Parts: sequence; structure tokens; C-alpha cells
Amino acid sequence: MVECLTGKKVLMKGNYAIANAAVIAGCDCYFGYPITPQSEIGEFMSGKMQELGRAYVSAESELAAINMCIGACSTGKKAMTSSSSCAISLMQEGLSYATSDELPIVLISVMRGGPGLGNIFPSQGDYNQATIGGGDGDYKLIVLSPSNVQEAIDLTYKTFYLAHKYRNPAMLLADGLLGQMMEPVEFGKYPYAEIDNSSWALSGAKGRNPRIIRSYSPTEGPQCEHIRHLFDKYKQLEENEVMYEELYTDDADLLVLSFGSLSRNVKAAIKQLRDQGMKIGFFRPITLFPFPNKRLNELSRKVKKFLTIEVNMGQMVRDVRLAVNGNVPVEFYGKPVGSWPSVEDLQTAIERAMI
Amino acid sequence: METQVFKVPDSFKKDFKYTFCPGCDHGVAIRLVAEVMDELGIRENTIAATSIGCSVTIYDFLNIDAIEAPHGRALAVATGVKRATPDKFVFTYQGDGDFASIGLAESLHSALRGECLSSICINNTTYGMTGGQLGPTTLLGQVTTTSPTGRNVEYYGYPIKIAEHVALCDGTAFSARVSLDTIANIRKAKQAIKKAFEVQLNGLGFGFVEILSTCPTNWRMSPEKAHERVRNEMMPIFVPGIYKDITSKGNN
Repeated sequence: MVECLTGKKVLMKGNYAIANAAVIAGCDCYFGYPITPQSEIGEFMSGKMQELGRAYVSAESELAAINMCIGACSTGKKAMTSSSSCAISLMQEGLSYATSDELPIVLISVMRGGPGLGNIFPSQGDYNQATIGGGDGDYKLIVLSPSNVQEAIDLTYKTFYLAHKYRNPAMLLADGLLGQMMEPVEFGKYPYAEIDNSSWALSGAKGRNPRIIRSYSPTEGPQCEHIRHLFDKYKQLEENEVMYEELYTDDADLLVLSFGSLSRNVKAAIKQLRDQGMKIGFFRPITLFPFPNKRLNELSRKVKKFLTIEVNMGQMVRDVRLAVNGNVPVEFYGKPVGSWPSVEDLQTAIERAMI
Repeated sequence: METQVFKVPDSFKKDFKYTFCPGCDHGVAIRLVAEVMDELGIRENTIAATSIGCSVTIYDFLNIDAIEAPHGRALAVATGVKRATPDKFVFTYQGDGDFASIGLAESLHSALRGECLSSICINNTTYGMTGGQLGPTTLLGQVTTTSPTGRNVEYYGYPIKIAEHVALCDGTAFSARVSLDTIANIRKAKQAIKKAFEVQLNGLGFGFVEILSTCPTNWRMSPEKAHERVRNEMMPIFVPGIYKDITSKGNN
């Protein structure tokens, strides 16, 4: 199936597309536990990985799944898991460890409603969970946010690449809508270079000193040094890997920001309002970490006001406010969970912000 | 006649120094692991998944690659290592709190899946590193810092018999409980560790050894008294023996 899909246009559901892209990216090991709305990823992988002779485990829990990823990644292999909201919560400990261990775990997060069990409607309520995280200590995940199924494929490739390039867990933050919708897509080949990990991967201490991958440092000095090293990597990410989509910012009075699949409705609303002569710009962060702080700060010197739209109670808006650092007012429009606001609703909200 | 050479096993790091408390059985247990690794010639092909607690320091002493798992997750991490690199010898060295309390799901599911892994669990009836709290193996009546009047059923329930539980899993190839209180039992312990390693090397499934061990510091006993406690109080409840061995007919 991998071969036959490469280079052809096919109609495919988001979850299957992400899974297939992971296989093309060379994912050696998949470990997962079912949860709606991403269960198709594990279902697809259970068949495909066995067909290809790669590793697959139906883990006993998300806790186990993320820790299996830790083990597999410690050998230098490409490992991933996928889950959603309340179950990503269970992985926070493992993500904190993996970040300190500098292990390139790939995690697919398909957001549903929260908090707690919430519901299986789409949501953007896990922006904070993804970008701030719930594990202990100072760490960051690399977080990429696709807006359509084709981009989910392309960013799945990139998630694997960045995780291995920076030796840091990386997350593709999708949502239930994206996971469940079908769109025409093309796969192509994995476009990135393979990263050499022979200098650190565990392979048995043959003809060399033993390697220990651990997050534990009993003394203060080495731990401080280690955390500074992690933050040097985050600085490099901010300098080199920021991605965003920007439209109509040359003449905009109001800049409207949104991430993920919701941004498509926002973009449609802005296009219609611009047809009516309203000077509105559009901005979509694609990397949620590293966040496009620099570009947003530049734009905050040109436009009069920002409006951030999310399906949550205001999570990315805090990062936007930090980025503009008080240069312009930053307003928020959103709803907690469920169907995305319609283009008409969004037009009304944007027009209100123009006043 | 065979010549026996008394030396430090090659699987140890050069000039290592144990950091365990005097009289703690970890030192004996890790030496047995090292001797078996030497005898099987597997050191250079080994990756260990260590856990949290006193057992984690095994990577300070053995000359092997290791990944430190979060508390309780050693066998999930080991599963990941083994599935990613099936040609490696992969084992865990864990405490009873790690294996049988916080990590019970990971432990038993690894056995149920029949992962070709080997696992050593040190049972000293307490959480040693954190100062002697009640754990999953704390005996009824045992006083700990969190059972100040002794373990009673009303508040704490019962201790777990780990080797028996592991033996019940269909994916388990070998499960045994051993003690280190006498020379004879130390020899038996070594044979059990070797067997638990061999079932992995032969692709037969999950190999497990529970080692009854002392914790003189937290038990507030001399090493000698601590071994008497293993013999007189632990062994009647945690009965040593081979609980499963699929390589031995009629032994299950």
C-alpha cells in the first residue's frame, strides 16, 4: 500500500493519511492504545507494520506506549505513538523524560474535547498541553500544526525530521475534524535526509565505553549544564525552524490569527470581508513551538490590532500577547469545544473587532 | 580437575565501587548478574533498562549500555528496546515497588505478551531509597515508616507474591524466587538468573527471577540479623522455588 500510494492523488481520511505518511517516513516502531478520534492510526499501523516486518505493539496503556517509544528511540530507531487529549495527559511523564534523555519520539495528538473525558468532538483545547506540557521540569516539545490533510502528511514527515535533527520529542498537533475528514492527497517520498545517530544510540558496549541514557543527575552542576544545553537547542529551533502562513499583511489594520484546521474557516471569512474592502490580515502559526514570536512582533508594529480565534477559552492568545509585548491590543474570540465556528459567525466576530 | 578462578567478573566496570549500604544484597545480586553475563558472553550485546530506586545504580557498576526508565516503566522501555533491536540481549533490574506496585501493569503485560526479555526483581519488603516505607511486598505485621504499628489488612491489604503471578502469565518461560541468605541459596540464585537469561537467548519468552533481599538500614538490623529475617520471616511467606520453567518437563 505504501508503494501504490506514492505519487498518486488519492482521497483519504486524515488519520489514515498521517499513519501512511509515518510509514513512508520510515517509522520503525509503533506503540499505541486506542482512543477516539484517532483510533484509525493504530488500526492502520497494526496491519501495515506487520506487513512490512516492522515493530508494532498494542500497548497496555498510553503510559506503556510512550515508554516503549523511549526504549525504541534509545536504540536510534524511529518510533512513534498516537493518542488524544485525556490520554496524552497520561504521556506527560514520559515526554518529560524523553526530552531530558534527548530521544526523538514522534507523537501524533488528535485533539478532542476536554477537560477530563470531555467528549469526542473536535477541539483546540490542548494547545497548552502541547506547547507548555504537563511534565516536570524545564523542557519543550517541538509542535507542528497542520490545517488540512495534505499538510498533515507533509508535517508528519517534518515531525520525524525535526525530532531526529534536534533529538527532541516532536508532536504533530491535529484535531478530531482533521483526523476524520477525507481530502485528496499525494504522498511523494520522505523528503528529508536521514540523521546519523551512531554517536549516541544504544547498541551494546562492544569495542567502546558503555552508554547510559538517563535524566538523573545527582549533582547540581551537570544538571544545570544539561538544561542549558536543551535550551540552546530550543534557541536554534527558534532561529531556524519557525513556520507560518501569512496573507494580506501589507495593508492590514487588523491581523487575525488562528491555528490548525479552524484557520481555513477564518481564512474564508477574511477573504469575504476583504472583498468588502476591509483591511484584514491573516496569520497562521504552523510551528506552535518554536512560535513565530519575531514575525508577530514585527507585524505588531504595522497593524493596529490583533484578534486571535481558537476553539478553546484562549490558549494561543497568551503566546500572541507575549510576542507583541504590549505593542497592540490582542483580542480573543472562541468557543470551548465542538463544531468549528461558521464562516458567517467568524465574519461577525472579525467585524466586531474592527470597530 | 576444573580450575576455578576467583576474580571480579569482566562485565563489571574497572575500579567500580559499590555505593550500597553495608549488608545490602544488591551487591551480591549484581555480582551474580555479572558472572552470568560473563559465562554467556553477552556483555557486549546487552542493553539494560534500569528503574528508579536503589536498583537504578546498576549502570554505575556494570560495563553495559543502559537506558533509565521512569519509575515502574522498565519493562515497557525494555519492550521498546527489544522490539526495535530484537538481536540484542535486553534485561531489567528492578525493585519490588517498581516491578510490582507502580509498574505492575507494565510487568505483567510484558510477561503476557511473552516478550523475549529477562527481568530481575529485588524483593526487600520496603521502599529502600526513600527511607523504608510500606511497599507491595511488605509483610503483614511489618513496621515501616508508613505502617508505624505494622502492616494490617484493614488499612493496607496483603503483600503480593510476585513470582507466582508472573508464572501465571502464558508468555512466561521461566519464573523463580530465590534468596541470598546462604552460599547454597546464592548458587541456586545464580542458576535461576542464568535460566532467565537463557530463555530470552533461546527466544522462548519472558524470564523472571524474584530475589529475596536484605535492607539492613531500613530494617534497622545488622546484616546477619537481616539474613535471619529473610530466612525466618520472608521465606515462609515468599517461598523460594521455580514456579514455571517451560524447558523442564514436569517441573511446572
